[in-house]
Amino acid sequence: MNKAIIEVINLKKYFEVGDMVVQALKGVNLKIMKGEFVAIMGASGSGKSTMLNILGCLDKPTAGEYKLDGISVADLSRNQLAELRNEKLGFVFQSYNLLTRTSALENVELPLFYNDRIKSKERKERAIAALESVGLADRMHHMPNQLSGGQQQRVAIARSLVNDPVVILADEATGNLDTKTSYEIMELFQRLNSDKGKTIVFVTHEADIARLTSRNIIFRDGWVIKEQIVEDRLIASEMLKSLPVGEHEV
Amino acid sequence: MNYFNLLRIAKNALMRNKFRAFLTMLGIIIGVASVIAMLGIGQGSKKSIQDQVASMGSNMVFIMPGSQQRGGVMMGNSSSQSLKLADLDAIKQQCVNVSAVSPEVRTSGQVVFGNENWPTSIYGSNTEYLDIKKFGIESGRMFTDREITSLAKVCLIGKTIIEKILPKGMDPIGQTIRFKNIPMKVIGVLKEKGENSFGQDQDDLLIAPYTTVQRRFLAIDYIQGIFTSAISESKADAAIEEIQAVMRKQHKISKPEDDDFRVMSQSELIKTFTSVSDILTTLLGAIAGISLLVGGIGIMNIMYVSVTERTREIGLRMSIGGKGRDILMQFLIESTLLSVVGGVVGILFGYLISAVVGSMMGWPVVIMTQSVVVSFFVCSAIGIFFGWYPAKKASNLNPIDALRYE
Repeated sequence: MNKAIIEVINLKKYFEVGDMVVQALKGVNLKIMKGEFVAIMGASGSGKSTMLNILGCLDKPTAGEYKLDGISVADLSRNQLAELRNEKLGFVFQSYNLLTRTSALENVELPLFYNDRIKSKERKERAIAALESVGLADRMHHMPNQLSGGQQQRVAIARSLVNDPVVILADEATGNLDTKTSYEIMELFQRLNSDKGKTIVFVTHEADIARLTSRNIIFRDGWVIKEQIVEDRLIASEMLKSLPVGEHEV
Repeated sequence: MNYFNLLRIAKNALMRNKFRAFLTMLGIIIGVASVIAMLGIGQGSKKSIQDQVASMGSNMVFIMPGSQQRGGVMMGNSSSQSLKLADLDAIKQQCVNVSAVSPEVRTSGQVVFGNENWPTSIYGSNTEYLDIKKFGIESGRMFTDREITSLAKVCLIGKTIIEKILPKGMDPIGQTIRFKNIPMKVIGVLKEKGENSFGQDQDDLLIAPYTTVQRRFLAIDYIQGIFTSAISESKADAAIEEIQAVMRKQHKISKPEDDDFRVMSQSELIKTFTSVSDILTTLLGAIAGISLLVGGIGIMNIMYVSVTERTREIGLRMSIGGKGRDILMQFLIESTLLSVVGGVVGILFGYLISAVVGSMMGWPVVIMTQSVVVSFFVCSAIGIFFGWYPAKKASNLNPIDALRYE
């Protein structure tokens, strides 16, 4: 549990917008250990999304160092970054980003298509296992439009798990969901974190969601202004029980 | 990246949106099919005219009487009596490029059998006439030289006349019909030739010894035309010159302007008619070119739009580990599949349209290899390029920008 999965040292990211240079990250230092469930918080414009893009190897820093699972990312080419994403990272997006008209199973299989080492039989087995772990084994042949928002997000989580990543990066993963479904998704994340030891980095601006994680990192104006261990951590499954029971529950 | 995986990804992506795939292909199908069909129709009509004219004997050279002065009065062509049997013999003996010669005399009148009658024409000739004019005998026989000498009242009969005046099922051979009140014995039935390109029924005729027609029907001793066969189609022009020389000598004419005859060949007729259908083919070709252009623009549009609207998909694929070249290859494979399948379907459709139009008009189906190749490659190239180009742009995007693309 003491291995650093993510290590960021004095990381800077500048954007050029016309003649102006926007300093999105002004020198960030952070360290995320294996098995942590970290929330990155901050208002819009605080640099948290830029941070997530860099952590996700989707964007390169202007200066500073970023080590993912011991690999220094700054010097890698676009193709090497793509391989890194394929093997070490799992993404969960706010808007699910599932392929339409494509079964849940095929959506989950997708990352493995880009890995030559995995044969079609193993690909399918791993996708089914991932769907089982998010409780959707019985829906694997459903299309995204036949699934509820929560179910679609579960498919997306299964997709992020299928390549057995060292870290799952979630970008406002509950942002499009109602309270109850949000807690259900958070329960799943908590379970993946505690039972399977998955390292999860969760970007959110909702304080109550952040209280479900183990550590919060708060950004403002391109700096990390606060890091805190969540003292009174909430358990999503208990939160669910405390919700008032609606009449239209499915 | 393994190409088998890419092929599967591309196939899955196409199957995901069959309607879009179909619409994309439609542009290519229409482009290719219209070019092939248009040019096929043009060429088919040309070929059919050529075939029809050739079926009248493509190496046929014929001599018609020309205008003639008699005592200072210009006479019309048809009333001219300038052609004699002696001309025929001279051509036969002196022209090396001519293989068969027959006189022609003709008159029209009613043919009667029992209480049926029908207006038709009788053509008088010698025994070589059938070969020259590409008539065949279905049953019975041709008349003989002896029957020519003896002015025999025998004739060959065309299918149309049999239909019009003979009772159904009756064998015409041996029957006696009356033409202009003269009884004629049917000795042969002509093979059906159908209509010629001028819409004239080539089965509505009787053929009899020229002597019979000259003496018994017309009471003349001149002939109205001389039909010959050049030894081959390519020798037709040489035959014309020979015949002109012989005829001028026969008629003691020194200057070509004074000719009292005209020599024409079937191949000249072919040229006249095909020049008309060449214009038609050019016109259809131009229309086909425009449809190729319009089809091409259609392909461009739908390819460009469908790749652009999939920018988010591209972003997703890149974020889960797809490399730029994987994305590019996927789209290249997709657009190649669409273009090739569309092109092949287009060729089939083009062929089908040509065949349907051909069978309605009674034309042969002519598919020009150039039209197939050019239309297929133009459409495929447009399809592949406009699938590749936006995909290239999208694969160079930052994955984040592609994911956020609206």
